[in-house]
Amino acid sequence: MTEQVRLSDGTLVRPLLDVADLTVHFHRRTGLFGSHREIVQAVSGVSLAIGHKETLGLVGESGCGKTTLARTVLRLVERTSGTVRFDGQDLHALAPAELRRMRRRIQIVFQDPYASLNPRLTIGAAIREGLTIHKLAEGAAADRRVRELLDEVGLSADAADGYPHEFSGGQRQRAGIARALAVEPELLVCDEPVSALDVSVQAQVLNLLMDLQARRGLSYLFISHDLAVVRHVAPRVAVMYLGRIVEEGPAEELYARPRHPYTQALLSAVPVPDPVSKRPRIVLPGDPPSPVNPPPGCPFHPRCQHPGKDAMCSEVRPELAERAPGLRAACHKG
Amino acid sequence: MSDPRDAPSSGATPGAGGAAPGAPLLEIADLRVTFATGDGVARAVDGVDLVVQAGETVGLVGESGCGKSVTALAVLRLVEHPGHIAHGSRVRFEGRDLLALADRDIRAVRGNHLALIFQEPATALNPVLTIGSQIAEVIRTHQHGSRAEAKRRAVEMLRTVGIPDAEQRADGYAHQLSGGMRQRVLIAIALACRPHLVIADEPTTALDVTIQAEILELLDGLQRQMGMAVLLITHNLGLVAERTRRVYVMYAGQLVEEAGTEALFSAPLHPYTQGLMAAVPRLDQLRERLAAIPGQVPPATAWPGGCRFHPRCPFAFDRCRAEMPPLLECGEGRKARCWLVEERASEHADARTSEPADERTHDGRRGSESRSL
Repeated sequence: MTEQVRLSDGTLVRPLLDVADLTVHFHRRTGLFGSHREIVQAVSGVSLAIGHKETLGLVGESGCGKTTLARTVLRLVERTSGTVRFDGQDLHALAPAELRRMRRRIQIVFQDPYASLNPRLTIGAAIREGLTIHKLAEGAAADRRVRELLDEVGLSADAADGYPHEFSGGQRQRAGIARALAVEPELLVCDEPVSALDVSVQAQVLNLLMDLQARRGLSYLFISHDLAVVRHVAPRVAVMYLGRIVEEGPAEELYARPRHPYTQALLSAVPVPDPVSKRPRIVLPGDPPSPVNPPPGCPFHPRCQHPGKDAMCSEVRPELAERAPGLRAACHKG
Repeated sequence: MSDPRDAPSSGATPGAGGAAPGAPLLEIADLRVTFATGDGVARAVDGVDLVVQAGETVGLVGESGCGKSVTALAVLRLVEHPGHIAHGSRVRFEGRDLLALADRDIRAVRGNHLALIFQEPATALNPVLTIGSQIAEVIRTHQHGSRAEAKRRAVEMLRTVGIPDAEQRADGYAHQLSGGMRQRVLIAIALACRPHLVIADEPTTALDVTIQAEILELLDGLQRQMGMAVLLITHNLGLVAERTRRVYVMYAGQLVEEAGTEALFSAPLHPYTQGLMAAVPRLDQLRERLAAIPGQVPPATAWPGGCRFHPRCPFAFDRCRAEMPPLLECGEGRKARCWLVEERASEHADARTSEPADERTHDGRRGSESRSL
């Protein structure tokens, strides 16, 4: 268990969320009639911690395991090994009743708010649900609470009577956030919360999330494939590749001087809205390998463009090691 | 390959085709596309004028629902019912009016000199045909030759777009490929007949950023090699900045700004363009707070009167609510659909005839930028 988590400003605090050596493997049947069995190694030995009122950004491309990690943190997916401690308690060891109580304190915001909003429930009813289940308010008090929550996320009170399909993507995401906030969580897991939104609306929702954090003292695990969005919201960032964290540290340092060749390539690939900037681009050959059959040694070695790449990279898996205050990278050469 | 177009191109006018010398490769004039919907008529594209010269890369940028994809479909006459390209719209490509062509003739243009790359590599390929036969089909449709020759060229195209084991892959199916590989196949199909113009509609939006970089480098290389023009349709300002020389910005069915890429990014003139640029989180600069554009894009069945951006515009005044601004010329190759541009231009004229230039601007940008009007 991590004793303390180092924030981006260097201060050490007790973690609110503490994920230690978490591994999640799925068994999958493939082939005709499911005759063939294979194991998807979605998350392998991931450790991360988030402090109170802190945002940790988690970036990675499709299939890297970031969504599985998010779901395992909420225990929507069962772990294979490792621990997920919230406020000191291992979520995966809790009895159902205790888990339910704990879930009030951790909520999730999905990329597609349809995933969290029942199409047959009005927005108001969806928000009330959490209040009722956790016995936080009922009757007129619940109505009032719903109105307050709608107001807090920038929706008008009459939005309570509308159904999800009657709203635009941005408004639906606001409603999804209101639903999550209803039960007064301490940690919000945001899984690609703005990826489906247009730029102008995306900015509104990002601003809202940052305002809510300041006002309510929320902690965020903010997951996105968009490095610029993560840069904007998260003072501390972890980079995931093929089920593992390959680099983690203060955003400023990580974006300015990425140590891992994957982070370097990822950052160089992002187009910057400045036609005169001439940034060197590292183009990676091929696709990421399948998590069913991850390569031995460093998971990134088949695509790695580091000039010093050698036999060690394909044989020995590098561990995360400290490269700068609070910044760790898993590379033999970095 | 024996195609005469293979001759090393100067990159200047490979697509001059049947057009008059100096005429643009593609010329869209007053394009209007409407959709009859339950809520009334949606004016999805409402009077778009756009030009692409041979060999150049032009961006068409805007958010969802602005009409950019419908514009692409209309050029190829692929707008489906209940969509309708309004009478009076003109699309000239290599000197021919595509909207007036017989169905058979437009089919001869599509995929041949004019190709489209779609956003969704998962659905654009036929799941029950081999990849090689899908490329060969395009080649055989447009260029006569034997089945074996078409197959050989299909394999060659797969190799050109960087697909490993091209021979084996040609006999495989789309579902066996990753998203990035499927997008390569789509590029192979689009480029199989060496088009003069490729319309790429969000060609990398469904792909991861490292794969996107790879695909765009590939497209760039092929474009240089073949000398084709590209109309890049995207919502991604970064891609536009990086890949295009000229840009059209679209909002609510209309063009709102047109400029050289560098000019646009150094001093956007339309408040919508300014808003978009301020709203994007950036890797290269840390912003305290994003300047969100308030509200949202209105539905195409109910565009606001006056300037369509006025309900979301921080600078709107009475005239904006009452009267739709035309695309106003404002300098070399620059246009903006904004009354402020006109006002600034006249201020500028006043300033020239009287005292030192007025530093006041309406959007807080430096006065020196607006003086370039």
